[in-house]
Amino acid sequence: MFQNLGEMLLLFTRTLGSLPLLWRHRQKVFDQFFEIGNASLFMVCVLSFFIGGVIALLTGPVLVDHGVKDSIGGLVGIAICKELAPVMMSILIAGRIGSSMAAEIGSMRVYQEIDALRTMNINPIHYLVLPRLVSIAVGLPLLVIFSILVGWGGGALVADLNNKIGVDFRSFFANLRDTVRISDVANGLFKSFVFALVVGVVSCHQGLQTIGGPRGIGRSVTKAVVNCIVMIVILDYFLTRLLL
Amino acid sequence: MSDAATHSSPNTTRAVGVKVVGLRKSFNGQAVLKGIDLEVLPGEIFVIMGPSGSGKSVLLRHMIGLEEPDAGEILVDGQSIQSPELMDKYRLAMVFQSGALLNSLTVGENVGLYLTEHQLKPPQEIARIVTEKLELVGLKGTDDKFPSELSGGMKKRVAIARALVIDPQLILYDEPTSELDPLSAAVIAEEIASLKQRIAVTSVVVSHDREVAFGIADRIAVIHEGVIVAVGTPEEVRRNPDSIVQKFLNTNFNFHHRKT
Repeated sequence: MFQNLGEMLLLFTRTLGSLPLLWRHRQKVFDQFFEIGNASLFMVCVLSFFIGGVIALLTGPVLVDHGVKDSIGGLVGIAICKELAPVMMSILIAGRIGSSMAAEIGSMRVYQEIDALRTMNINPIHYLVLPRLVSIAVGLPLLVIFSILVGWGGGALVADLNNKIGVDFRSFFANLRDTVRISDVANGLFKSFVFALVVGVVSCHQGLQTIGGPRGIGRSVTKAVVNCIVMIVILDYFLTRLLL
Repeated sequence: MSDAATHSSPNTTRAVGVKVVGLRKSFNGQAVLKGIDLEVLPGEIFVIMGPSGSGKSVLLRHMIGLEEPDAGEILVDGQSIQSPELMDKYRLAMVFQSGALLNSLTVGENVGLYLTEHQLKPPQEIARIVTEKLELVGLKGTDDKFPSELSGGMKKRVAIARALVIDPQLILYDEPTSELDPLSAAVIAEEIASLKQRIAVTSVVVSHDREVAFGIADRIAVIHEGVIVAVGTPEEVRRNPDSIVQKFLNTNFNFHHRKT
C-alpha cells in the first residue's frame, strides 16, 4: 500500500512538473474536459436534485416539530455545498471518469501503445496523465458548482411542495442566503478540487500499472474506483476537520 | 525520457550501431536472457532468429530501452540506452509485432504522431509526409480509417509507415512478417531491404521466418534459450555445424507419412 502511495505521489509530482507543457497539450485537455462534462452533466443534475430533495424531506418534518421550519434553507444549503455535492459528485466522477481513465490507459499499456509512445520519445505522463489530471481538476469543481445549485433547487422544491414542510421558495432561499457564506461554498469547491486530483492520480496510476490481458484491465478499473472512493471518504474527514 | 518541449530534432543522418554486452534478464526468477553479447554494425540488416520463447523479443525490447537489464548493457553508438538524453540525440524506431497503433487515433494521426507531438513540421507538411509514407507501404487513402477497421497485415504496414516518418537511424522490427500471407510478407521484407538503399538506417529484425531472414539479412544471429548459438552472414550460419542451428534451419513440415 505504501509503495502504491509513493508511486502515486511520484506520478503527481511528475505531472505537476510537466505543467509548463500544458499549452502544447491543450487540445487533449479540451477533449477530456468535454468527455467529463458530456458524460456526467445529466447524471449530476439528476443526482443533485434528488439529494437536495431527500435532505429537505428528512429534515423538514423534524424542523417543523421543533418550530424552526424556516431554517430548512440554511440546513439544506450547508449540507449540500459543504459535504454532499463535493463528496457525491467526486464518487460519481470516480465511477464514470476514473474508471474510463483506468480502462483506457490500462488497455494502452496491455496492447503496447504506451511502449510505442516511449519508442517515439513521447513521455506517457505528458501525453496521457497531464491532460486528464488538468481537465478533471478543473471539471469536477465546475460540476460541483452546478450540483450545488441544482441540489438547492431540489431541496427548495420539496420544501415548498411537501405538505408536512410547507416552506415556500422565497423563505427557503432567504434563510439559505442568511446562513450559507461564500466561504462555505469555497470549502466545498476546495474539497472537490482535492478529490479530483485523487481520482485523476489514482485512476491514471492504476491504468499505468495494468498487467495481463482483458482481465488485468478489469482488475485495474475495479481497483481504481474502489481506491478512489476509499481515499475520498478518508480524506473527506481530514479536510472537513481542517476546514472547520 | 524527455518530451516534446525539450526534444530537439537530431541532425545526424548516419546509421548507428548497437552493441549488447553481457546482457542478462530474468522474469519471476526464470532466466530469459543468459548473457548475450553481440554487435550490430551501422547500416546493416541484422536478423535475430530463434524458436518461440527463446528471448528474441525481450532482447529487442532491451535494445530500445523498454526493458531494464538485470546485468550487462546496451550501447547505441557507444552510449548506454539507459542514458536520458539518448532518445533526444538519436532517432530510434520500433515496429511492434501487434503494430501497437494507438486505437483512439486515425491511421493518419498514428503515422504523423511523432511529428505532431514533437511539433517538428507544420500540419500541412505533416499531412503530406503521412500520405507519402502510407503510399510507400501500399495503404494510400487509409488516412481517416481507425486501426480497428484494418486487417492485421495493414496494421503492421501502418506501424512501418509510422516508424519511417521518424527517419530512423536504427529501426527494430519485432516479427514483421508474422500473421501475414506470403505475398504481404514478401512486400514487407522487400520494404525492409529497400529501406537500406534509400536511407542510412540500421535494421534489427526479430523473426522466425527463415525465408525472410535469409532473404534480407546481411548477418544473422540464432538465439536459443537465451543464448546466442551462432552469428554470421547467412552463408556462415547455414554452414554452422551446431546441432541446434541445423535443427532450427532444416526442420520442415512433413505430412507425407500420413498420406501413405
